[in-house]
Amino acid sequence: MNWVNAVVQGILLGGQYALIACGLSLAFGVMRIVNLAHGDLAICGAYLGLVLSSALGVPVWVTLPLLLPAAFAAGMALQVLLLGRALRHGVLAPVLVTFGLSVMIENLLQVAATSDPRGLNGGALTLASFSIGTLTVSWLFLAAFLTACAVLSGLQLALSRTSWGRQVRAIADDLDTARLVGINVRPVFAVVAGIAVATAALAGVFIGTIGTFDPLAGTSTLIFAFEAVVIGGIGSLAGTLVGGIALGVTQVVVGEVNQAYAVLAVHLLFLAVLVVRPGGLFTGHQPAREVLRWGALG
Amino acid sequence: MTPDPPLLEIAGLDLFYGDFQALFGVSMSVSRGGVTALVGANGAGKTTLLTAIAGARAPARGTVRYAGTDITAAPPHRRISRGIALVPEGRKLFPSLTVQENIQVGAVAAASDAWPLDRIYDTFPMIARRRRQRAATLSGGEQQAVAIARALAAGPALLLLDEISLGLAPRVVEELYQVLHRLRSAGTTLVIVEQDLRRAMEASDHLVCLLEGRVALAAASSELSRDLVVAAYFGQGDA
Repeated sequence: MNWVNAVVQGILLGGQYALIACGLSLAFGVMRIVNLAHGDLAICGAYLGLVLSSALGVPVWVTLPLLLPAAFAAGMALQVLLLGRALRHGVLAPVLVTFGLSVMIENLLQVAATSDPRGLNGGALTLASFSIGTLTVSWLFLAAFLTACAVLSGLQLALSRTSWGRQVRAIADDLDTARLVGINVRPVFAVVAGIAVATAALAGVFIGTIGTFDPLAGTSTLIFAFEAVVIGGIGSLAGTLVGGIALGVTQVVVGEVNQAYAVLAVHLLFLAVLVVRPGGLFTGHQPAREVLRWGALG
Repeated sequence: MTPDPPLLEIAGLDLFYGDFQALFGVSMSVSRGGVTALVGANGAGKTTLLTAIAGARAPARGTVRYAGTDITAAPPHRRISRGIALVPEGRKLFPSLTVQENIQVGAVAAASDAWPLDRIYDTFPMIARRRRQRAATLSGGEQQAVAIARALAAGPALLLLDEISLGLAPRVVEELYQVLHRLRSAGTTLVIVEQDLRRAMEASDHLVCLLEGRVALAAASSELSRDLVVAAYFGQGDA
C-alpha cells in the first residue's frame, strides 16, 4: 500500500472535481442560481466531444476549439432564454426549472445515444504515464489537474483584476445596487452562464476520456461538484479547488483501505464540514450569504 | 425665469409598491445648474421619487423627461450614460470591493470622463488614503464620501443625493456639503433629499415639499419662510 501515491492520485482527482464545481459556484455566487442540470450539461459536453471527434476522426482534444465556444454559446442562450426568465419568479423557480432540464437532458440523451456507456478518444495521452520513484502518474490525470488549476486561476484573475470581474463581484454583493450604479446585469449574467457551461463541458470531456459516461452520469457528477463547492465555501474559487482536492484525497485514500467505503467517506466528509463549518472551509464560519468574497482570496 | 428648458421634467407620476400607492401625480421640474431640495416627513415619497428618477422603479403613470428626451422606460444604466447618477439612501456600497473598486464600478456606464480617479481623490482626500481598503471597513463618513465618489465617477450632469447626512457627525456633514457646493459651482445640477430643514433651505435654490406622496409645496427657496415649509411638511393650513 502506497500512501504517498494515494494522496497524489487524490489531489489529481480533486482537480477534476474542482473543474466541474467552479461553474456551479460561480452561477450560485453571482446569480443565486442552483443549477441542478450542471452535471448533465457536463455530460452533454462529453457527448458533444464524442460526436465531434468521431465525425472528424481526431482525438477529442482537437475538437475543443469548436466544443468550448459551442458550450459557451449554449450557456448564454440557456441564461437568456430560460434561467433569466425563471429568476424573475424568485430563487426557487430556477431550482425547479433546472431540475426539469436535468430530467429532459437525461432522457433525450437516452433516446439519442442509448444507455450504453461510452468513452472518448483521448489519443496518445490516454494511456501514457511517467514514474517518479514508486510513484506513477498518468499524464491524463495530470493534464486534467493542471487544466483545472489554469481555469480556476484564470477565472480568479479575471474576477479580481478586470472591469468585468468587478461588475460580477458587485452583483454578487448587491444586485439591486449594482443595477442602480449602471451595471447592465443581463450581459454579465449571460457571460457568467457561458463560462459555467463551458467549464462544465471541459470537465465532461475529461470525465469521458478518463473513464466512461452514460446519459445518467450527470447526477453523480453533480453531487461531487456540490460537495466540492460547499466544502470550499460558496463563492470562493480557491476554496472550490481545496474542496475538490479534499474530496479526491478522501476518496482515493479511503479506497486504498476499502474500495467499498470510498464514496461513502466523501459524503461523510461533506456532512462533517457542514456540521463544523457550515459556511465552508474558506469563509471563516459565516452563513453562506455573508461570504461572497472573491478577489480577497487571489 | 430661465430661458433654458428644464434639465429634468417629471409630469403626473403615479408609483405603486404592489397595492400601496407611494406617489400621486407628482410633477416637478429641475432647471440646469441649481440645487433642488426635496423635503418631507418619513414616508412622504422622497426616496421613491429619487429612485424613480434613477430608473430603479417604473411608474404606473406619468413621464420623466431628461434634457428633452422621454426616459420613462429607460433602465438605470441608460439613464446613467445620459448623465443621471444617484447616491442611494444608506450608501449601499459593495462591501467586499475595495474603495477604488467601488468607484470604478460607478464608471461602467459613465456619461463622461469628467471625473477620473485622481480628480475624485483630490476632492475627497479622506478616502484617497483608504483606496485599497474594503468598503465595509470604513467609517460612516468615509462610506458616504465613497458613495458620492462612486456616483461622480459616472460623470453626471444631474446628481441625486439621498440623505447623505444621515447618522453622520455635524463636522463630517459640513465637509460633504462643502463638496456639494463646489460641485454646484462646477455646473453639476443637484437634487438633494435632506432631513435637516434649515440645511435644506440654505443649500438649495429651489425647494419641493412632499406630503404623503403628493407635492405640497414647490417654490424658490429664497421666497419661502421656514413656517411655510413646516406647514406644508405637516400638511397644516393651505400652504
